[in-house]
Amino acid sequence: MNIHVSEAEAKKRAARIGLAIADGDVHPALPKPQAIYPYLSQRWRDHMDTYGMIPRHQYQAGPAYPKGNPDASRRDSYPPEGGRPGSSLSFMRAQHLDPNNVELGILNPLAPTPGNAQNLELSAALATAMNQWQLAEWLEPEPRLKGSIMPPYEDAAASVEEINKWAGNPHFAQILLLSRTAEPLGQRRYWPIFEAAANHNLPIAIHAFGYGGNPVTSGGWPSFYIEEMCGHAQCCQALLASMVLEGVFEHFPTLKIILVEAGFAWLPALTWRLDKHWAKFKGEIPHLKRPPSEVIREHVWLTTQPMEEPDIRRHLKDTWDWIGDDRLIFATDYPHWDYDDPIEALPIRLDDEPRRKLFRENARTVYGF
Amino acid sequence: MIRGLNPIDCDVHPNVPGLKTLLPFMEPYWADTLVQRGMHELDSISYPNNSPLTARADWRPETGKPATTLEQLQSQLLDPFGIDIAILNCLYGVQLPFSEDMGAAYARAVNDWIVKEWLDRDPRLRASILIPIQSPELAIAEIERLAGDKRFVQIMTLVAGETMLGRRHHWPIYEAAERHGLPIAIHAGSSYRNPSTANGWGSYHIEDYVSQAITFQSQLASLLSEGAFRKFPDLTFVMLESGFTWVPAFLWRFKKYWRGLTMEIPWVDRSPVDIVRERVRFSLTPFDGPQSEADITKIFEHLGSDELVLFSTDYPHWQFDGNDPLPPGLSDDLVRKILVDNPRQTYARLR
Repeated sequence: MNIHVSEAEAKKRAARIGLAIADGDVHPALPKPQAIYPYLSQRWRDHMDTYGMIPRHQYQAGPAYPKGNPDASRRDSYPPEGGRPGSSLSFMRAQHLDPNNVELGILNPLAPTPGNAQNLELSAALATAMNQWQLAEWLEPEPRLKGSIMPPYEDAAASVEEINKWAGNPHFAQILLLSRTAEPLGQRRYWPIFEAAANHNLPIAIHAFGYGGNPVTSGGWPSFYIEEMCGHAQCCQALLASMVLEGVFEHFPTLKIILVEAGFAWLPALTWRLDKHWAKFKGEIPHLKRPPSEVIREHVWLTTQPMEEPDIRRHLKDTWDWIGDDRLIFATDYPHWDYDDPIEALPIRLDDEPRRKLFRENARTVYGF
Repeated sequence: MIRGLNPIDCDVHPNVPGLKTLLPFMEPYWADTLVQRGMHELDSISYPNNSPLTARADWRPETGKPATTLEQLQSQLLDPFGIDIAILNCLYGVQLPFSEDMGAAYARAVNDWIVKEWLDRDPRLRASILIPIQSPELAIAEIERLAGDKRFVQIMTLVAGETMLGRRHHWPIYEAAERHGLPIAIHAGSSYRNPSTANGWGSYHIEDYVSQAITFQSQLASLLSEGAFRKFPDLTFVMLESGFTWVPAFLWRFKKYWRGLTMEIPWVDRSPVDIVRERVRFSLTPFDGPQSEADITKIFEHLGSDELVLFSTDYPHWQFDGNDPLPPGLSDDLVRKILVDNPRQTYARLR
């Protein structure tokens, strides 16, 4: 959605929203790729100049599927001083944080995503750089924003090191992985990351996207961006099934995960299917003692953007009830094209209490603010 | 209880007892190959033979695979459930060999075995044409060979093959299906050309099975996005053993993105929700749904049509106990539609 906000309108909007809100998905960007260089050593600057990042997909630059808009961004989100959408803190304040009354914005940087790099040493260097960049250019200047610790998640040992480096810093609210990992996320190779998260009592956010090397569907590579975008919901179903079935939550009973930008309406059907077949296959996974629905209810939160839109709006209320109104966290996805506006996005009317939970309380609970 | 309502069971799985069963149905070269090379069964890892999913305990014989004889099918399913018509969807893995020719040889043998050992012996039986989807050319040859036998009511493949099912590579198969008035059935299962989940190879059989419903979502997105429904306006797609409680949420998301990305797939010129309601059907089992009648009613409300679901037992797979495969709380009208009207509407050859 593309909207334009003047200063007067901004004040009016903020008044209309009333509530100070939490936004579970804000995307800060580098103004240009080289803006990360001050945080990289000369060795890696040279490497980036000579070889580039070499991600786990076919193109040197840009995404595997061309986006629908340049940078997948709102057309009105280009900062007046230049640079990519999402790269200017002052413009983000003026266009998003102030008019939308955002008191807590969770930053999920996406480019570069360290986990996309084939070269794991580069992945680790990029992770450290992205964390330093967030702290210096966003988190210290703007207390409303909280950062994501970005680990080089295909290398668990290096990830633990990176997480330990930042976990005590109150500017960071969560650990960020992308959903398209090289192997299903419940598998043992990722457990050291979960262990570190549990030790530091940090939630793990799993944002849709990324490139792990597998097709975005188990039937092969689709042709279109729309299939990739819809496919993120399928990837998140697969990763959640993996985490539950592998017994991740039995092993790390305090672990909290937040699924970001993958929608949420698919969760009840997945949970019913898991429960039904868990009852049948207990012999194969004796480590999973409780029905998957209980595990998911206890450990999983979801952000709402992109909000699913049924033709008959009240159907979404049924889904809301099935998931539980304490599990959904509002998110805008600013500055991306499929941004959810806090005034317009919700297709159903919520009472005051569930509304407060959605826009504020659930985020405060899960992030511990 | 469904006895007395003349149900049409749209998903029944007869099993090939063993490779040797097929020898009389194979051309000499392939019969020799099978013996000379010491070939193994084409049983897919989607259904490990002794898994609790693969056969309900009371349908499992003391030795050997379940559902290998007509007598078993009659005494365990057709007679006690009062089945009017059963559609046989054999899951022997003709889609698995990498060799197109080998896949085609097996498909021919299994289809001919189905005719001789099943269709010719009980008038209640119908079947799906198995195709070597590895090769559209050979798949079409098999369709042309058998389409004249009206007891074949559809063409069947697995939900995960070499490429996405919407891709134009597969369109000649759909053209042949449409020309013969045969729906394309897409059944759970994979030829495992790609990892079993969208994030790589899982660890467990249950993970594979749960993920099948996820793959159906991707394939439905593929068929919609590529424009297969518009290209073949008289073709119906039937999703078998797919589950269907995921359908509403999938469509809410797909339609939203379709509105935002019409420029990418301009040939999709009407609501994907309407397309699916008109052109796609889903078998009843497994019913991956909520427990309460009120919530089950909501699922059917969200589907927005009572014509989408086709009755199935999934015999001999274990999807329910006892003799009532229907979820609770469905109205008599909806039950009649699921059991009889919807299958007859879907399959031209059953009218």
